[in-house]
Amino acid sequence: MTLLEQFQLWLGGVWPDWAAYIVPGIVGILIVLAFVVISVIIFIWYERRLLGRFQVRLGPNRLGPEGIFQPIATAVKILLKEDIVPAKGDKIVHWLAPVIVFVPVLLIFAVVPFREGAILTDLNVGIVYVVAISSISTVGIYMAGWASNNKYALIAALRTVAQMVSYELPVVLAILGVVLMTGSLSMTQIVAAQDVPFAVLQPLGFVIFFLGTVAEMNRSPFDLLEADSEIVAGYHIEYSGMKFAMFFLGEYGHALAYSCIITTLFLSGWQGPLLPPIIWFLIKVIAVFSVIVWMRATLPRLRVDQLMSFAWKGLLPMAIINLFIIAAEVLWLPEIAPWIIVAINFVFAIVLVLLWSRLFTLGGGRVEV
Amino acid sequence: MKFERYGIGIAKGMALTFKHLFRSPITVQYPEQKLEVSRRIRGNELVWFVERCTGCATCAKACPQGNIEIVTHVGDKNNYVVDKFEIDTGRCMFCGLCVEACPYDALAMGRSYERAQYRRRDVILNKEQLQVSDVRQPSGYARPRIEATLPKQNLLVYWDKKEGGQKLSWLGLSKKRGRGV
Amino acid sequence: MAIRTEPFVLNMGPQHPSTHGVFRMRVTLDGEVVVDVEPVVGYLHRGIEKLGETRTYTQIIPLTDRLDYVASMTNNFAYVLAVEKLAGIEIPERAEYIRIIMAETMRISSHLMAIGFFLNDLGAMMTPVLYMWREREKLLDLYEMVCGQRLTYNYMRIGGVSQDVPEEFMPALKKWVAEMPRFIDEYDQLLSQNEVLLARTKGVCILPRDTAINIAASGPVLRASGVKWDLRKADPYSIYDRFDFDIPVGTVGDNYDRYWVRMQEARQSVRILEQAIAQLPEGEVRANVPHLLRPPVGEAYGHIEAPKGELGFYLVSDRSIAPYRFHIRPPTLINLTALKDMVVGWKVADLIITFGSIDVCLGEIDR
Repeated sequence: MTLLEQFQLWLGGVWPDWAAYIVPGIVGILIVLAFVVISVIIFIWYERRLLGRFQVRLGPNRLGPEGIFQPIATAVKILLKEDIVPAKGDKIVHWLAPVIVFVPVLLIFAVVPFREGAILTDLNVGIVYVVAISSISTVGIYMAGWASNNKYALIAALRTVAQMVSYELPVVLAILGVVLMTGSLSMTQIVAAQDVPFAVLQPLGFVIFFLGTVAEMNRSPFDLLEADSEIVAGYHIEYSGMKFAMFFLGEYGHALAYSCIITTLFLSGWQGPLLPPIIWFLIKVIAVFSVIVWMRATLPRLRVDQLMSFAWKGLLPMAIINLFIIAAEVLWLPEIAPWIIVAINFVFAIVLVLLWSRLFTLGGGRVEV
Repeated sequence: MKFERYGIGIAKGMALTFKHLFRSPITVQYPEQKLEVSRRIRGNELVWFVERCTGCATCAKACPQGNIEIVTHVGDKNNYVVDKFEIDTGRCMFCGLCVEACPYDALAMGRSYERAQYRRRDVILNKEQLQVSDVRQPSGYARPRIEATLPKQNLLVYWDKKEGGQKLSWLGLSKKRGRGV
Repeated sequence: MAIRTEPFVLNMGPQHPSTHGVFRMRVTLDGEVVVDVEPVVGYLHRGIEKLGETRTYTQIIPLTDRLDYVASMTNNFAYVLAVEKLAGIEIPERAEYIRIIMAETMRISSHLMAIGFFLNDLGAMMTPVLYMWREREKLLDLYEMVCGQRLTYNYMRIGGVSQDVPEEFMPALKKWVAEMPRFIDEYDQLLSQNEVLLARTKGVCILPRDTAINIAASGPVLRASGVKWDLRKADPYSIYDRFDFDIPVGTVGDNYDRYWVRMQEARQSVRILEQAIAQLPEGEVRANVPHLLRPPVGEAYGHIEAPKGELGFYLVSDRSIAPYRFHIRPPTLINLTALKDMVVGWKVADLIITFGSIDVCLGEIDR
């Protein structure tokens, strides 16, 4: 019984039925939208400051105390720019692409549980909904690359399709591991079933899911679609003004959304000892995001064929074997103490990682090491 | 050469980046904090001592670009009187060859590096604008006597506040907040 | 049924975030695979060689600063060596040691910048650049203390250096040299074993040994391909024969070797610096050279081991105050002729990082 459903029941006693149906929906949507927009703005500031501190410098600190008005200034600057459409590009596709990239990000937040019962809709196919919606952005990026009439954008668009499609599979298989242990697809059930967080119970699944979603978000080390040094901003090379703002917000929105999903699925959501649940949720989301920024600060990016071989030859077989192991445990050892499962899973994870690292031949056979 | 596997190389790199979170950032909040420049800085200006100049034009001959224009006439004490002494600091590359060439120590480099002007003709400095004054101080480049009177430079190689170090703070909170311009 | 494809031409124009300067390449691509590379240079041509013919020998020194602006004093050094060879001038001992100290610190500075921007092209978001910049800032402070400028130094003169180092230079330099091995170890920890870096650069874009010798490559590009040739040992100029150092040589000639050779050269430069600081004598720093030098009629070629390769200056004198002919041998232009051989068959991403590993500086290429 989510909070909004309780609100709807109470309202049904006071107002007519159609009002009691619409008003909680609108209230819920506004709250979620406010959370997303404010969080994205705070994340932009947080990432720039944190990246600066990793790099022995301060981040932006001129506008407002310690720079918290910097994202607003960025937004104002982007809005005031002239909107340029390439003359020979496909105008309708060019206009539609940012919308298709940005809107699915907002849709994902409909099933993120902020605390017990604070979820917009408690779909009983929650996690499948998330996977389905997040793949729509791929089409948007490809449209952006095609409509720009620019060879750099086209290269980026084709790389995108390859990358996003190939990383969907390990992500979905890692999710299936979680679903098997929970027994249900609904997000609130997944959080409720985590007395021990699934990151500890299924370490290999956690690592696969984490790397897969970093690739889905197009962030370093997998950010070759907008590789600043090679293809000069990739698919949004011909975008300026509000459309670029949509891409920009969409990227940070993706980061926020996937951080929330990782927290929900693997780090036991809003559960925690002392503080109110919403604070635990925010702490975990910010911790996951910090690790993602940390990876961005340190690692160079992969080349596109290495990326694809990492997905198909590395992550996918490990994900399938992980799924078999979890299925075997759920089937034959359902009532056993959790720490035994933790130990078995850790052993399997280490063995598999060691085995698959043998696959990584330095130099591709052309040089001796 | 032995190479690490299994992601340990990446882990070591990430550990180093994490360690840098605890080091002071080396940012200097210009324009509120300005570092002490070197005693021999070849700043973006030239300083002329009118009482020492004899109008010999050795500096004009030493300049690789021909930036210095000197017009003199013969005075009554068997000397040259300088009518016009103009330096085009827009074309000047501040190499210091004119300062080294002057036999009477009448020309010196300046210490300031914030000499931008709004109009191009404002950077051509004539006789009155070039002279030494409170805002145009000479630097010690090729002038050891002036160099001995100037304060020493702030150096980053001394991390913290020992003699001549840049003051670094970990939190990086600015005490004064200027307009940033 | 096979789909018909055809290669297309991509213009990585003069304005690109990763061509180090204004450099243009017309790349023919078949999908992601590079088929042909055609470099177009000349966007930074300033006519330095022609300008040199109308300036006296001392006035050319500020012009040579602007060639390889990353390591300016090495250009000055090579030029004054050529003039001293032409005119037969001896320089004092202390001046030789100070020149060596400046040349080796310039080498470290240039290699740090080369490695940093090589990693920036690879995608590591400015983090290695900013770490190496911290050390380079300390060096720039030291140079500002000596000659007053941070980029175009104009420090070497014909017959020595222009002024002696001030008294606070040596303690600061000693502290920097003492800290430097620890910082180079930190860069190694961050970079040399990084699996992503190894996957991107090991075995990629190999320059074979024979090709490297045939195109007259020099510097780290040549040494990475396995040829042990360094002008400081093969044809010692100045007083390099008094110092004890090794020459790192790569094995294969791929991008990783070029990066690794530069790291090791930085370590060897620290070794040379420690010895030079210990042996520094007292004395004058400038020989007695006429203000307007008129060398005897003849020609001279002075070359040094610049950080990017063999930088040479060819001067022809006809007994006047300005040279008759002034020609510069830029190391990176000649190393750049290998780009097409190295890159054909690899992908666009490899093209960018190979170009970064050659470490070009457009000021030298276009002069």
